[in-house]
Amino acid sequence: MSKTLFVPGHTACAGCGQSMGARLVIDAAGPNTIVVNNTGCLEVFSTKYPESAWQVPWIHSLFENAAAVASGVESALKFLGTKDSTNVIVQAGDGGTADIGLQAISGMLERNHDILFVCYDNEAYMNTGIQRSGLTPFDTNTTTSPIGAQSTGNVRPKKPMPEIAAAHGVPYVATASVGFTQDVQRKVKKALSIKGAKYLQIHVPCPLGWRHESSMTIQVAKAAVEAGLYPLVEYEYGKLTAVRQIQPKPVEEYLKLQGRFKHLMKSPEEIKKVQAIADSNIEKYGLKTQA
Amino acid sequence: MKEFLEGSRAIAEIVKRCRPGVISAYPITPQTHIVEDLAQFVADGALKCEFVNVESEHSAASVVLGGVAAGVRSYTATSSQGLFYMMEVLFNIAGMRLPLVLTCANRAISAPINIWNDQQDSISLRDSGWVQMYAEDIQEASDFHMLAYKLTEDASIMLPVMVCMDGFILTHGIETVDMPRQEEVDKFLPPYRPLYKLDTADPVSMGILADPDYYMETRFAIQETMKKVLEKIPVLTQDFSKAFGRAYNGLVEGYRIDDAEKVIVALGSVCGTIKEVVDELRSKGKKVGLLKITTFRPFPAQKVQEALKDIPKVAVLDRALSLGSYAPVAAEVKAAFFGKKKGPKVISSFIAGLGGRDITKDSIREVFSLLTAKEVSCEFIDLKPELLKEKYE
Repeated sequence: MSKTLFVPGHTACAGCGQSMGARLVIDAAGPNTIVVNNTGCLEVFSTKYPESAWQVPWIHSLFENAAAVASGVESALKFLGTKDSTNVIVQAGDGGTADIGLQAISGMLERNHDILFVCYDNEAYMNTGIQRSGLTPFDTNTTTSPIGAQSTGNVRPKKPMPEIAAAHGVPYVATASVGFTQDVQRKVKKALSIKGAKYLQIHVPCPLGWRHESSMTIQVAKAAVEAGLYPLVEYEYGKLTAVRQIQPKPVEEYLKLQGRFKHLMKSPEEIKKVQAIADSNIEKYGLKTQA
Repeated sequence: MKEFLEGSRAIAEIVKRCRPGVISAYPITPQTHIVEDLAQFVADGALKCEFVNVESEHSAASVVLGGVAAGVRSYTATSSQGLFYMMEVLFNIAGMRLPLVLTCANRAISAPINIWNDQQDSISLRDSGWVQMYAEDIQEASDFHMLAYKLTEDASIMLPVMVCMDGFILTHGIETVDMPRQEEVDKFLPPYRPLYKLDTADPVSMGILADPDYYMETRFAIQETMKKVLEKIPVLTQDFSKAFGRAYNGLVEGYRIDDAEKVIVALGSVCGTIKEVVDELRSKGKKVGLLKITTFRPFPAQKVQEALKDIPKVAVLDRALSLGSYAPVAAEVKAAFFGKKKGPKVISSFIAGLGGRDITKDSIREVFSLLTAKEVSCEFIDLKPELLKEKYE
């Protein structure tokens, strides 16, 4: 028996934050888990026939329907009387979650299926070549929000997906980051201890799409949290119940690590706008540690 | 027991007796009465089942995909736009070789929006990998659901089955239907025993990526299985006949075609109307008949050849189009005879009953009268010239 339920040998890029996240999640969940995966990097790099990295039952159907497929799996387990002894986890990227998958997720949350939905948020469509998604941050240079004479990158901030999930009144919603691995696993275990629909959004750097060294994944992930650009929060039944407090660092410390924000280094005005997003987060969630 | 039932009620009653553990549906006319009745059975405790009310047909199809993947017999029903919204999931279900049954209450496709019957919805999904059976009446529609589960769950088949019934005409029509007892259904259709499922005791990966080294063989395998379906259906209908006393061919059914000079080929409820006209014309000495196609996918080309090889003139009546080309069923019938020594001299193609326009006995008489030595293609029956004049003159 392997030490992990997500075994090596898959074809993820070096330094892939999503593959780290996936291993943390499934190893926290344990073997009595069925995984339903949307189309995306994780599905492609972990299950190319005739190989599979998954040591638990795993199913992929389409790009946008994993929340609905999982609803069917969970219903079948209820019918069979085995639901209470089996976790059902949905996995999707940010596009499969916040864009094309949003309707199916909303349905799953509204029906309050006993399922944990995990969004691995690498902030663009990496599998198809770094196109912007609804979770791409403001001013990010992607292949469909390129910088140019008339453009400083992605024109809108991230869609507030955790708040959208929390607004359904489900028992548990949280954000996490692969920069804080124990926190990821704590949140997975906490989510799975609660009956009903849960949503967990994990920030997972993509060295290829974010253009940083593959050895820097953890450092970049931590820097996003420390800048206030990726607040780590928990909601229970729609109410904010916990945040990870920080001593905020300037957003530049985070942005300068990545090629996708390189164009901002010459533009103090744009950096100010990104700093304003971080400041707003810090105030909204009370992120700043009281001295 | 014979009961006087609305078509939708009959379907709900037979689906209940097939004991699905997961039902998921999204409302669309004219499918609604079926799933309303099933929801009531669950609410009353008459059917032990997880009934999942979803936010779209896309999710309805996805829920039953997940249900059967986890090892539980599952069911959904839809119509028209709903079937189209399910489309990518339906292809996916067939590709994953998951045994499912779906009722399609046939309805026209928008635009213009139209809730009434034709068969453009299911006909458009003919390439999806689903077996398609078309019911002539409510009894057939009901019986075909038992056959459909038996077929789809057969270990040598494992392809999903769509039972198509004309919207309103069959879903909202009321007929005397012989409903089997639960124990009879249980005997014919034992509990589902999946070949593979999502099981933590025996983990498998389902729906995985197949690159160019592997993909084609999966499609070849479905194509080969479709041939097996053509062999399997007549075997199952014999078993069915022994169990319930009703005999179906299951692929095609000839009606007074043995010495016929003119035969109409059709699918679905219009076959009842055609039979009446055939009887009338026969009583006047006209040698006419009907070939009903029950299973459209896989297409029973050989059975069609055998049935029509000595018929001089054949009319194919389509209730759908392949806009810009031959009508869908007509194209299949013509293809079945291409390069064959024996076959009809004329295979004419007629379009009728789109968007719920009634196909009357007069419509059928007109088809027979227009079936002459001069072959026609996509000849529309019952067009209103006064509406066309406004636009084109």
